[in-house]
Amino acid sequence: MSTDGAATRHRPREQWTGQTGFILSAIGSAVGLGNIWRFPGVAYDNGGGAFLVPYLVALLTAGIPILLLDYAVGHRFRGSAPAAFRRLWRRLEALGWFQVMISFVIAVYYAAVVAWALSFFVYSFDLRWGDDPAGFFTGTYLQLADVGGADSWVTLDFVPAVLVPLVLVWVVTLVVLGAGVAKGVERANVVFIPLLVVAFSILVVRSLTLDGAADGLNALFTPNWSALGDPNVWIAAYAQIFFSLSVAFGIMITYSSYRRRRSNLTSPGLVVAFANSSFEILAGIGVFAALGFLAHQQGIGVGELEGLTGPILSFVTFPAIVSQMPAGPLFGALFFGSLVIAGFTSLLSILQVVSAAFQEKFGIDRRQASLRVGVVAAVVSVLGFSTTTGLIALDTIDNWANNVGIVASAVLTCVLVVWVRREAPALRYHLNTVSTVQVGRWWYAAVGVVVPAVLGYMLISRIVTLAVDGYEGYASWYLGVFGWGTIVFLVVGAAVLTATRWRVDPDRYDAWPPFPPGPAGGSAGSKNSEVSR
Amino acid sequence: MSGAAIALLVCAILVVWGGLVLSIVAVARRPERSDYPAGGLEDDREDGGVSPRDT
Repeated sequence: MSTDGAATRHRPREQWTGQTGFILSAIGSAVGLGNIWRFPGVAYDNGGGAFLVPYLVALLTAGIPILLLDYAVGHRFRGSAPAAFRRLWRRLEALGWFQVMISFVIAVYYAAVVAWALSFFVYSFDLRWGDDPAGFFTGTYLQLADVGGADSWVTLDFVPAVLVPLVLVWVVTLVVLGAGVAKGVERANVVFIPLLVVAFSILVVRSLTLDGAADGLNALFTPNWSALGDPNVWIAAYAQIFFSLSVAFGIMITYSSYRRRRSNLTSPGLVVAFANSSFEILAGIGVFAALGFLAHQQGIGVGELEGLTGPILSFVTFPAIVSQMPAGPLFGALFFGSLVIAGFTSLLSILQVVSAAFQEKFGIDRRQASLRVGVVAAVVSVLGFSTTTGLIALDTIDNWANNVGIVASAVLTCVLVVWVRREAPALRYHLNTVSTVQVGRWWYAAVGVVVPAVLGYMLISRIVTLAVDGYEGYASWYLGVFGWGTIVFLVVGAAVLTATRWRVDPDRYDAWPPFPPGPAGGSAGSKNSEVSR
Repeated sequence: MSGAAIALLVCAILVVWGGLVLSIVAVARRPERSDYPAGGLEDDREDGGVSPRDT
């Protein structure tokens, strides 16, 4: 092998076809299952209409700033998370791999949820769940084992009804990834995101015309102003914004690295952030109008309904709504179709993080990366989550990967980049030099103080709660292996991948524009390239 | 629906969807800067990129 030969045969970095493709893909990533099944219930539980206040404060002081931080790192250092962080500071490569590991773990179970939605999309047409959606979901469909009782905590009893759509989801995902950034990921988003908006809008309009819809909206939007005095409501708002935007685990770094150097970052970032929140508001209206209908049918108040968030909202409560409404199958198909699209476009972005990192470190092309990484992920996914104990594992791993893994990743990123490495001025200069909308000094306070303080508090309190109280009453050995074990897996995986050899030198790189700027628009060598050499 | 609920519903839509509309208008009016510093035209990988495997 000759490195000289490689240098002459190098290919240009993959690119989005333009601004619209990037924005739609970034929206596709940010708008996911959480927008539909998490936001409405969280808002309802945390002050109803009054939740809008902490929600908007969190969006402006944490969501948009950390989104721009990710964009700046990815765009300035033009690489997957490990390469970009390494170019920022050699020792940060491990943080990049930690983010890649998080993405890998999330992709593995997220695909399973997309597969469930795909099954329920099909089941909508003949209302397969009958009169007992709860029993259908956990019993007939997932065939959930009686863990801790008659069955063991981990089984390899495969459930064909989950296995088949799960394999299908993986095949389609890997084909799209293998097709590349522009011809695969972007093309999928350009088709699916407008389709999602149309499908979900029809669903919302239909919901609003149902009996009881006004009661549902009343329940969601009636403000409980006293909630604003409760710190937990503010934490819930920051958590919702943070998890909803797909920040701090490599996605936005990876996506922005595929933009041309001369391209606008801040105003597209605002579009993405507001589009994500707009979809959440839309979902809140649609979901609660439908819940109002369900309460009306059952002759109870909306407050007496159960299962207002998460998988239970989607796979138990919504089927019950669909069953009771005229033309229910169409409504069900719209709802589960929307879930599939929202989940699928997010899954693509999560896997692109992993694929890009392996392409760069191991010098393989995108087809090989999607094949190798994808097959490993798909096998783990099928083994772990198409069995009768899949739901338990998913619930546990999801909790640790998100509440410990991603939050820790965000806190580490802010502390190391802003405080230890003091790169915030260079990154702000970068944003302002390439963008139309300028970022003020307030951004330092947001990414340097607000984000690490709020997320740091969330992280510590969550770790203490999990350590003391456990989770969902699951056996403590099980939480040790699948919960804390997930974190150990992330850290060990990051260490091992950092230690492996780069096939192509990532440090032969000059950040543009140079910082501090040279005299006449400057051709001075950048600080970063000097450091890394 | 109560008056307060309607007010908050309208407020949420105006602020969040309004923010979306404003940001889209901002991008549409001025998609890119016209005054970049010198350089930044070379979009190929500086790192040599992915080489075909020579095994």
